[in-house]
Amino acid sequence: MTAFWQDPITFLRLWLENLLLSWGVSERWVLLIRYAVGAILLATAALLFVILQLWLERKLIGRLQDRLGPNRVGPWGLLQPIADVLKIFTKEHITPAGADRVPFNLAPVLSVAAALMVWAVIPFSATVFGADLNVGILYLLAVGAVGEIAIILAGWGSNNKYALLGALRTVAQLISYSVPMTLSALVPVMFSGSLNLNAITRAQEVWFIVLAPLPALIFFVASVAEVGRAPFDLPEAESELVAGYSVEYSGLKFGFFYVAEFLKAFTVSLIFAVLFLGGWRGPGAEAYPVLGFVYLFLKSGAVYLLMILFRGTLPRFRIDQVMDLNWKVFTPLALILLMVIALVDYFLRGGLPLVRVLVLLGVNTLAYIVLDRLLSSRERVRRQPVAQPVRPVARPENLINPTETGVAS
Amino acid sequence: MNVLQWVFVITAFLTVGAAVMMVLSRRMMHAALWLAVALLGVGVIFITLEASFFAIVQLLVYIGAILILIVFAIMLTQRTDESGPRLNAYAWAAAGVAALIGAILTFSMAGWMLGNTGLLELGPAFDAILPLGQALVDTEGFAVPFEVASVLLLAALIGAIYIAFERKGERS
Repeated sequence: MTAFWQDPITFLRLWLENLLLSWGVSERWVLLIRYAVGAILLATAALLFVILQLWLERKLIGRLQDRLGPNRVGPWGLLQPIADVLKIFTKEHITPAGADRVPFNLAPVLSVAAALMVWAVIPFSATVFGADLNVGILYLLAVGAVGEIAIILAGWGSNNKYALLGALRTVAQLISYSVPMTLSALVPVMFSGSLNLNAITRAQEVWFIVLAPLPALIFFVASVAEVGRAPFDLPEAESELVAGYSVEYSGLKFGFFYVAEFLKAFTVSLIFAVLFLGGWRGPGAEAYPVLGFVYLFLKSGAVYLLMILFRGTLPRFRIDQVMDLNWKVFTPLALILLMVIALVDYFLRGGLPLVRVLVLLGVNTLAYIVLDRLLSSRERVRRQPVAQPVRPVARPENLINPTETGVAS
Repeated sequence: MNVLQWVFVITAFLTVGAAVMMVLSRRMMHAALWLAVALLGVGVIFITLEASFFAIVQLLVYIGAILILIVFAIMLTQRTDESGPRLNAYAWAAAGVAALIGAILTFSMAGWMLGNTGLLELGPAFDAILPLGQALVDTEGFAVPFEVASVLLLAALIGAIYIAFERKGERS
């Protein structure tokens, strides 16, 4: 029996099970109750976590943009998201004329569900995980399909051309970026020899980001695109599409989409931390599983912070740039890396760990250099100026010695 | 009947019902959405058979790829009027063939010995992915059909690109 302070969740679970068994509940029902309680607690915790996350994101974006961020409600504006949630509860639900009611109402629910379903397989610590699925990674990728369906339902059910255009764009982007995402997620699978997320975490004696930095980079950028955040926020480009697929939603239904978006953003950070940053691993995490939570949330928090920095600093891509980046850079690169890493790792498997790390790092660096050369040579060709712009500039030599064409430099 | 059998019966009814609704629904988009429900039902049946890999692949390939492709096609060819005639000249012939195949299948399944065998519980230690993966690359297993299928898909892909490709001189 583990002590409470070592592993509180397992402790509580065992306590609950023993309590139910002593009440004479049959073992099957105990199992059922255990899974139901776990699912409800996990979903509630995830949704409550989003409230804190909203505050953090708004505060950080505010700082990046030289503002204070929310600072009126509660200390440091901590209660601002709660006030927002209460406000959104009181708003009216509007169903647009000609909307297809069932898809229209089903879409927000499915959207949140798709984000929450991912949490079911994440190993939070050495002992705490929802389902120990032997096809964990595939499950993560498949659940994304549910999110895509939700967006299509929203876009089509709203009976609005902006919503439809936004949905088409979103789904095109999601389908495209899931190709390099899947290919780069296969690299941790190759290293650990398992599709199970628990086994992948346990296999990371050395974090996989060290062994495969380039696939990690591809996975990270592709997952930013998957959640549709800046700079990949074309799906809801305010200036072109009003708000994309969620334009017709009001009140709590809009709130669902909003929550799903933020939840997805944190969820992909979690997935990245599990696949490439060693998940719950860290000093003492085996003996004290409660530390696993801390490590996992610190790691995914760091990834999430990077995403916020992206959002605060980068301008939005055009749709052709998004597709260019995906199909001409990421997909070929991920394919080549998958094959090269598979070959190299096959020959190094029995050898010294240090040699393996160094050689794989070298392979990644080489691939990066080749990529950089190729891309910059393409840039050089593309950026040839065709004509010198005519720009009369108020400079002393122009005023004293004016020419027909303005600047003659 | 135990819980698993109840789950099977309910899922089977949902799946067949969704399939029927898919054929009967008037709007194409609704048909696509009913198809999603039917495909999900098949996925649930895979789960009850402890074939988790196939359940996930069902979700990933059929809903994540094929259904979305169908929806895209519907969205791009959306007609304002979807109230045209719903049966064409071959409808009755098709119904006859379907009924015949259904009858044959029912007849052959009814005499199948395995129908009365209970399901064996595989247990958590059983991992179906390893033998599956080995079978796909084993020449004794399915290496040849697997490669032939991928060549076929590649040919289809190249063909589609060739048809859709806009040649430089032919722009009118």
